[in-house]
Amino acid sequence: MYTPHTPRDIEEMLAVVGVASLDDLVRVPDAVAVRAPLDVVPALSEIEIAERFAGFAARTSAGGYDSFLGAGAYRHYVPPVVGALAMRGEFLTAYTPYQAEVSQGYLQAIYEWQTYVALLTGMRVANASVYDGATALAEGVIMALNATGRKAVLVSRAVHPNYRAVLRTYAGGLDVAVDELPYAADGTTDTTQLAAALADQRYAAVVVQSPNFFGAIDALPAAALAAIRSTKTLLVGVTAEALSLAALVPPAAWGVDIAVGEGQSFGNAVAYGGPHVGFIATTDEQLRRIPGRLVGRTLDKDGRTAYVLTLQAREQHIRREKATSNICTNQAHCALVATIYLAALGATGLRDVAAHNLARTAQLRDAVTAVPGYAVRFAAPVFNEFALRVPGNAADALDALRERGIVGGLDLGRFYPELADCVLMTATELTTPAEIGRLAAALAEIATDAVARS
Amino acid sequence: MLAPETPPIFETGQPGRANRYVPPAPPLSEFLPAAAVRHELPLPDNSELDVIRHFTRLSQKTFGIDTNFYPLGSCTMKYNPRINDALANLPALRDLHPFAPDELAQGALAIMWELERSLASLFGMAAFSLNPAAGAHAELTALLIAKAYFKKKGDARRTTVIVPDTAHGTNPASAAMVGYNVVSLKSDARGRVSLEAIQAAAGPDTAVCMMTNPNTLGLFEDQIHEIAAAVHAAGGLMYYDGANANALMGNSRPGDMGFDLMHLNLHKTFSIPHGGGGAGAGPVGVAAHLVPFLPVPVVRADDVDEASGRWPSDGRTFALDFDRPDSIGPMRSFWSNYAHMVRALAYCYANGAEGLTRVSQLAVLNANYIRASIRDLIDIPYDEINRHEFVASAQSIKRETGVRAFDIGKALLDRGYHAPTVYFPLLVPECIMIEPTETESKETLDGFIAALREILIAARENPQSVIDAPVNTAVSRVDETRAARRPDLRWEPEKG
Repeated sequence: MYTPHTPRDIEEMLAVVGVASLDDLVRVPDAVAVRAPLDVVPALSEIEIAERFAGFAARTSAGGYDSFLGAGAYRHYVPPVVGALAMRGEFLTAYTPYQAEVSQGYLQAIYEWQTYVALLTGMRVANASVYDGATALAEGVIMALNATGRKAVLVSRAVHPNYRAVLRTYAGGLDVAVDELPYAADGTTDTTQLAAALADQRYAAVVVQSPNFFGAIDALPAAALAAIRSTKTLLVGVTAEALSLAALVPPAAWGVDIAVGEGQSFGNAVAYGGPHVGFIATTDEQLRRIPGRLVGRTLDKDGRTAYVLTLQAREQHIRREKATSNICTNQAHCALVATIYLAALGATGLRDVAAHNLARTAQLRDAVTAVPGYAVRFAAPVFNEFALRVPGNAADALDALRERGIVGGLDLGRFYPELADCVLMTATELTTPAEIGRLAAALAEIATDAVARS
Repeated sequence: MLAPETPPIFETGQPGRANRYVPPAPPLSEFLPAAAVRHELPLPDNSELDVIRHFTRLSQKTFGIDTNFYPLGSCTMKYNPRINDALANLPALRDLHPFAPDELAQGALAIMWELERSLASLFGMAAFSLNPAAGAHAELTALLIAKAYFKKKGDARRTTVIVPDTAHGTNPASAAMVGYNVVSLKSDARGRVSLEAIQAAAGPDTAVCMMTNPNTLGLFEDQIHEIAAAVHAAGGLMYYDGANANALMGNSRPGDMGFDLMHLNLHKTFSIPHGGGGAGAGPVGVAAHLVPFLPVPVVRADDVDEASGRWPSDGRTFALDFDRPDSIGPMRSFWSNYAHMVRALAYCYANGAEGLTRVSQLAVLNANYIRASIRDLIDIPYDEINRHEFVASAQSIKRETGVRAFDIGKALLDRGYHAPTVYFPLLVPECIMIEPTETESKETLDGFIAALREILIAARENPQSVIDAPVNTAVSRVDETRAARRPDLRWEPEKG
C-alpha cells in the first residue's frame, strides 16, 4: 500500500484534526457513497506481483520471434548507460520543472534536447516534446491553421496511416477538412497535381513524410516546393524514424516550415506503442505558435547561467481557452532518454547506427527479392524499411511466417487495400544475418506451398 | 562541492571521440543517392564516462520525490514504487512491438484489460479507454466523444462547456480545441458550485459541464448528485476531471455522482512517475451510452464460460478492436502509454480495493493534519474538513509584510521542500495549495510543518529573509523576463 502510517500515527493525527475516525473524515452524502464491493484486481505481495507479471510476460512473444516490424516503432540497440542515467530517481520522480531553482539539471537536459532536435532537423527551434509522432503532426497542423487562418490541410497518402487517422480525429474537433495526395508508382508522393490543388489557397499546409510509410525517401521536389511557397501554404514535414535524420538531408534543407516527428528510436523501447516522444521544430517566424513547454536559458539574479520554462504566455495555464494548445504534461522523461542516447552515441555513433540500418536493409532486400516470386513494390530509395510484394495475399504470407517463428512485417493491405499483396519489412542494426537467412528460407517455403496449393 | 554551472553537452567532447556501440560502418553513400545524403551532422562526440558525469551532475541539481517532499496541490506527488519500473522493463513486455499480432500480445492485452476493468469498477464507469497520453489529452478525447455523441443525436446546438472558476487551465484550453465556448461558473461562499448557479447556466446550448470532485479547493462538492441531475435535465453531459481522484477511491465514485465521462491521471493517482513532466497517462472512462464513441482501438475480451483461474483475465483471449464505426478515431500513434499501464496495474495489485480505499483515507488524513497544524499562522479561507488537499491564503501576510505566496514557496526550497502549488485556484488571492499524499510519514509532515511555521514567523519578523529566498539552491531566483524577451531556446556555437 506504500502508506507508512502506524495505528498510533493515525490516532495522533486524527486527534490534531479533531475527528474521531477515518470513516468520519471521508464521509460523503449517502447518495454518492460507495455501496457495492469493488471489482478491482486482488491485493498481492510484491513477490506475488512479480510472479503475476512474469505470467503476463510469458503470454507475449517479444524476443521469441524474429521480427521485421517497424512502421513507426523501431527496435534499436540501447546502451545500458542510457537506462542507468535516466532511471536515476532525481530524474524519474521529478515534477514538471516549474520551480527552476531546484530543477536546473532537468531544465538544462530539456534545453539540450531542444538543441538536439533543432540540430537534427536543421530547424531553428524545437519544443520540449509532445506525446508522440501522430499528435506532433496534429499539433503541427494546428500551428499552420493558426498561421494561415485557413481551414483545410492536404496530406500525402504516404504519411503514416495512424498519423493521418489521428489528424482526422483532431480535425473533426476543429471542423477542418483533411484531403489527401496520392502516391506515385515509385512509392513517393505524387506531386503532379499539387500546384493545381493549391491554386485557390484553401490549404493551410501540405504534409509529407520522409522517409515515408513505405520507407521511401520522399523529400519534395523543387517544383512542388515552389507551388507551396507561392500560395503561402506551409510545408509540414514528418519524420517517423528519427534515426534517418542522421543519414538523410534534414527537413529544413528540403523546405519544411514545421518539422514534426517521433523520437522513439533514440533510446526508447517500442513498449507496445508507448510512451514514445513526439517533437515539433520550426522557424523563428512560427516560434510563438509552437505548442507545449519550452525551456530557455537566462540568468539568475546573481548573474549566473540559469534555465527556466519560458514563453508560457502561449500555454493553457496562462491563456486558458486562447492557448496554442491544451497540452500540459508532455513526454519529458522519454525526451531525457533520447537526450542521453544522443549524447552517448554522438555524431559518429549515430551515423554508424544509421549506416548499419541502411546496410542491413539492403541485405534484407537483396535476400528476400532473390527468392523467386518476391519483388520490391516501389523503386524509390529507402532508409530502413521497404514494401515487398509477395505471391498471393500478404496476410496469408504473414500467417505462414508466424507458424515458422517469424513476424515478417506489416500487412500493407490493412491500410491500403490496393497493397494487399505487400508486406512492409524493416531491418535495423539489431537485425542479424541469421534472421535474414531464416526469413528468406521461410519465404521460399511459403512460395513453394502457394504454388503447390494453386 | 558541485560546480555551479555544467557546460552544455555541446561544449564538451572532441570530434571522433566515439563510443563503440556498433562496429565501424560503411559510408552512407554506398546505400543512398548522392542528393539524399546528409553531409553535416553537428552533434558532439563524448566519452561514455563524460556523458555519465554530465547527466549525473544534472540529476544532482534536480529535486525528485526520491530526494525531497512535494506538497504540491493538484499534482499528487506520491511515492513511485520501484517494482513497477522493474515490471515495465521486463524484456517481453518492453520489447513488444505495437503491430505484433494479437495472438503474440495476449499478456499485454490482458494487462490493459485488467486495468480497464479495475478502473471501471473503482470509478463507476461502464468502460475505460487507455488511449490518451495525459490528462489534457484525455480532456480533449472526452470532449470529442461528447461532440460525436451530440452529432449522432442530431443535436448541433450544444457548443458550450461549463467550467467552475476552480477549474484547471486545461479545461477551457481543451474546450477550445473542439470549437466549444466556455462559460465560467463562480463558486459560492462555501467554495463550491451551487445548484442555483448550475441551473442558471445549463440550457439547450450546454454540451458538457466539467468538474472535479473534490474541487481544487480540496472541498467535496456535496450537491454533486443534484448538480449532475440539473445538467442532465438540460440535456448536457457531466465530465469528471480526475486530477483529484486520489481523494475518493473506494469511498465515492464519479459514476454514482452522475458523471458520464471522466479521466484519470495515472501519473498522479496510480503512482506512475512524473518523470519531470511526462510521460503521463490519462485513461478516459465513460458511461454506457458513450461507449461506442471511445477512441480506437479498444481491448476486446472473448468471454469464456467460466474463468479458469484466480484472476479475471485468466482463461480469456483478447484482441485489439479497430472496427468501431461510431468511434471518434485514434488519439495517438499507438494504443496507449503501455509501459505505464504495466505500472498502474502493478499498483492496483499492490493495493487491491481495500488498499486503494485506505490510500484515499490516509491522503485525506495527511492533508487535514497539515491544515490543522498551521491554521493559527496563516489564513485558511475555507477552514473545514478538507479532502486530499487544501488551500491557504497569504493575502494578509502580504498586506502586513510584503511577503507573497510565491516567496513562501521559494523559502521552502531552501529548507529542502518543493514549493506548494501557488496562485491556483485563481479565486483565492495569494493562494497556497497543499497536497501531501498518503505516502508521507507523520515525521516528514512534522518536518514540513515546522519549516512552514518557521517561514511564516520569519515573514513577520524578518520579511526580507523570505523575499531573498532561495539562497541554498543551484541558482537564485531566475530572470524570467529576460528569458521571455530574449528567447534562448537552443545552444549555438557562436553564442555559446
